[in-house]
Amino acid sequence: MNDLDTTAPATVDLEDFYRKSTIGDTMQALDRDLVGLVPVKTRIREVSALLLVESARRSMGLQAEPPSLHMCFTGNPGTGKTTVAQRMADILNRLGYIRRNHVVTVSRDDLVGQYIGHTAPKTKDVLKKAMGGVLFIDEAYYLYRPENERDYGQEAIEILLQVMEDRRDDLVVILAGYKDRMDIFFRSNPGMASRIAHHVDFPDYSADELVQIANIMLERMHYRFSDDAEGMMREYIVRRMQQPRFSNARSIRNALDRARLRQANRLFAGRGVPIDRVALQTITGEDIAASRVFQQ
Amino acid sequence: MKVTQGQFSFLPDLTDAEIKLQVQYALDQGWALAIEYTRDPHPRNSYWEMWGIPMFDLKDAAGIMMELDACRAEHGDEYIKILAFDSRKGWESVRMSFIVNRPAFEPGFELIRQEQEGRSVRYTLRSYAMGHAPSAPAEF
Repeated sequence: MNDLDTTAPATVDLEDFYRKSTIGDTMQALDRDLVGLVPVKTRIREVSALLLVESARRSMGLQAEPPSLHMCFTGNPGTGKTTVAQRMADILNRLGYIRRNHVVTVSRDDLVGQYIGHTAPKTKDVLKKAMGGVLFIDEAYYLYRPENERDYGQEAIEILLQVMEDRRDDLVVILAGYKDRMDIFFRSNPGMASRIAHHVDFPDYSADELVQIANIMLERMHYRFSDDAEGMMREYIVRRMQQPRFSNARSIRNALDRARLRQANRLFAGRGVPIDRVALQTITGEDIAASRVFQQ
Repeated sequence: MKVTQGQFSFLPDLTDAEIKLQVQYALDQGWALAIEYTRDPHPRNSYWEMWGIPMFDLKDAAGIMMELDACRAEHGDEYIKILAFDSRKGWESVRMSFIVNRPAFEPGFELIRQEQEGRSVRYTLRSYAMGHAPSAPAEF
């Protein structure tokens, strides 16, 4: 019991901790750069508050086990799981929970070996590289293959679990994948489920949000929509959402890449006349209207 | 007899926190870390056993400390050293090397004298640890 630590100050100023952690910038950047994702942002704010209060408590001499921050991100493809993992590393780093601002992204092939005795060194190698930062395991459910009882995935899971437990201060593990398959994965690996404190669900984007995302993406690439193009893009998004294999922001990125291709072709076909800066930047309605989505 | 070779060996043994700081320094320089162990601390023994392959692309010392703990669990009563290898052109050699673990009792070396022609003598050092080691004195 060290409740009566005489060296500790009588009060703490949380605002002061907040300013010193410089986390405000990251939070603002998060709000600015990531469209929608309200439940995700809420959870990040909660975690940040927890860690801030934790460091305030520590300054008063109130010791507690550091909270477990292993997380699971579920959601459809292109909903921003990897992006948020990067931001999470930044935030946890600024709050002093992890020592380094780096994310190691792996999938089954990086963890699971080909033959007996290959898996353990491979998994440990990845874990060592991720130490001090965040280990992001994409499509984590592939680690567990119930149809093959001799699958080496189970071995990787066991090593992972052990390190998640023993080296909690050195590593934050984030598992990511589709919601339904992740649920099955956790049901068959209760050890994993019990070690992950935070389950964050990434909702699909609405059409409005996707238009906003398209604008942000273009802005970063120094392009912009012409007046008719933005309406066309909305029309495109609404149609594309009905089609199979729609993967949210990733589909938008691909659509924009194809629009750039068509824009370049259009400009190239009309060569001979000088083109200005604006023309080089502008994606017009026809660049988008040529998409196969409109031909169905 | 305390074996002194590599860096820091005339200082008291490094604590784990100190080892971690040294390792982090090496990582920050971009050097690859390796762990080696041996029973034979002879100064001419440059071939220690490798504990796994050298660790490239690590960012944080915690990964190396994890391997060190594993190595200690298996070879706790042997010498263990940490090496930092600089792969940059022009260096391509070990930049740091220090002992991080030693046996509880270090028997030291035996001096072997070999009579030569005339009255000349040849001297050889042999680690006691490599063979007929003397039994530890009572305080161990």
